[in-house]
Amino acid sequence: MTYAQRAFIVLWKDVVTERRSKATLNALLFFSLMLLFLFQFTLGGDRERLVSALPGLLWLGFVLSGLVGLGRTFLLERENDCWDGLLLTPGDKSAIYLGKVAGNLLLMLVVEVILLALFALFFNVDVARALPALSLVLPLGTVGFAAVGTLFAVMTAHVRAREVLFPVLLLPVEVPVLLASVKATEAALAGEPLSAVAPWLQLLVAADVVYLVAGVLTFDALLEG
Amino acid sequence: MSRILGWLAALGLAAGMIMAFGVAPREVTQGNVQRIMYLHVPTVLVAYLAFAVVFVASIAYLWRRDPAADRLAHASAEVGVLFTGLTIAAGAIWGKPTWGTWWTWDARLTSVAILFVMYLGYLLLRGMIEDGERAARYSAVVGIVAALDIPLVHFSVYWWRTLHQPPSMLKPGPASMPEGILAALLVNVAAFALLYAYFVAKRVIVLRREEEVLA
Amino acid sequence: MRGLRKAFGRHLVLDGVDLDVGHGEAVALLGANGAGKTTLLRVAATLVRPTSGRVLVGGADGGRDPEAARRHLGFLGHGTWLYEDLTAYENLRFWATLGGRPASASALRAALAAVELERWGDERVRQFSAGMKRRVSIARLLIAQPRVLLLDEPFTGLDQRSAKWLEEHLQAFKSAGGAVLMSTHSFGRGFGVADRAAILAGGRIAADVAVASLGSEGVRRLYEVTVEDGP
Repeated sequence: MTYAQRAFIVLWKDVVTERRSKATLNALLFFSLMLLFLFQFTLGGDRERLVSALPGLLWLGFVLSGLVGLGRTFLLERENDCWDGLLLTPGDKSAIYLGKVAGNLLLMLVVEVILLALFALFFNVDVARALPALSLVLPLGTVGFAAVGTLFAVMTAHVRAREVLFPVLLLPVEVPVLLASVKATEAALAGEPLSAVAPWLQLLVAADVVYLVAGVLTFDALLEG
Repeated sequence: MSRILGWLAALGLAAGMIMAFGVAPREVTQGNVQRIMYLHVPTVLVAYLAFAVVFVASIAYLWRRDPAADRLAHASAEVGVLFTGLTIAAGAIWGKPTWGTWWTWDARLTSVAILFVMYLGYLLLRGMIEDGERAARYSAVVGIVAALDIPLVHFSVYWWRTLHQPPSMLKPGPASMPEGILAALLVNVAAFALLYAYFVAKRVIVLRREEEVLA
Repeated sequence: MRGLRKAFGRHLVLDGVDLDVGHGEAVALLGANGAGKTTLLRVAATLVRPTSGRVLVGGADGGRDPEAARRHLGFLGHGTWLYEDLTAYENLRFWATLGGRPASASALRAALAAVELERWGDERVRQFSAGMKRRVSIARLLIAQPRVLLLDEPFTGLDQRSAKWLEEHLQAFKSAGGAVLMSTHSFGRGFGVADRAAILAGGRIAADVAVASLGSEGVRRLYEVTVEDGP
């Protein structure tokens, strides 16, 4: 059970730190609000058009704020040489990876829920009936982002031009997850049963599994000095 | 070794050109422009080969930490990106007279474009890390994740196009290809594969010399 | 360590270091600024891979099997390994659990008491002075019960009382069979713990003497001479 305890303590540490410093969450919430306004201003006041583009806009919002949040995953560890500490912990370090993924997943989900609520509010869209379906689709898609994002964040933490490199590395890889998530969200918002988009959901699950396994297996190699 | 490959590649390419322009029959609907397929298809197939090599070499590097595996992955990624770029360019050159546009978001072109950007990112990452050992480790991980992603990209993009539009008639050649075309295609695939091997061999040598100089 | 070499790019920092630290022994690592003391300690701690040569920690080869080596060692570097927004208690809890030895609340409190910070256990580390942060780091170090301690200038920044406490604790650690390799700048504080002094100059151990035979004054003079002369 120690593996699970270790993963959990990493998650706990990140949650407590975030709750106390509120650094990332506040920035992301503000960022999401700005996105909302951006969409409104750039896409014009045509409500019909906005609503029909809603699934895409939602995920655009999720991805953009996700990029900001994920890119910062390991910045905290660079303070006070905590990174050395992580590297020196005996045992399987992939527990750290999973803890971090869980933390990022939580953070992204919180932002997504709030963004969804804001969209519903500002664009006067009824999302209530889609909520059960969305509560499956959103986590599935977000895991896909968090799994690879957390892994790549380790690398970019060490690179100077990380704000540029991180999206360049992450986004092409995430195209399948993005496509699947948007399609499934589309179906959910249109009131269609999820079985209509079963292939997309299967793709999401497959992607999530592949990414998490790859992350668990390769995290050790990335952590080394 | 690389010289032999070079000569073989040159021979292969010459043979390929002859096949493509001389022997293979003129395609019925598209005319001579269709001959660009003898460049476009081999380059994309060899690009996939290149990325498969990157995948295997990356795993080998993480397992054994052998610098040779890393050099192979690096070189193969570079040549792979080159060939992918050629594929896209050839596709565009074909597309203009055929469909009237330089670019369409058809499933195959889109997949290849994503591939291009993924491995360009791989090279970008390598370029940004000064420490050779770290660059090797990091890019190995990217090489592995990118390769694992390829089937996912394929399926998702294909479904994305076909579930919304009728299946495009943009595929080169009908299901059953006239013999002349198939033969020319195969010769060119082999030729480009040799060219790939030649480029990679040369690149690996250069990389090794670079490391020796810096040490 | 045998024939340890470490180069960063073209810069050869360590050039054939041979050093042994035995059970119940403390070796003080001396050297000028930039001589490579920190690098040596980091290689020993498996934080950095050597370019060539071997490091054995508690019998485990640090280069080939770093995981086994890490199980035995405790490292204290310049960074404190502290998360500023967590309390001292929470920091200890985090590192203990991550290290695979989740400790009970009472054990953690006891560790804080040992470094005389029990009253500050529930305060956020951000508010601590540098010396207090150091003490929390030391508590973190000791909770894991390592067999080998690798310390990079542990006495720097410690006040009189903390320094004395650390000295006593290192003595106890030695008596229990632990091995200590610590780099130090001063010949006063903490030097009393050392059994041997190794002087790092020119990328290798230029001198390795028993402190008892020369006394700390003698070692200081030897140091000045060695570092003066250069490689």
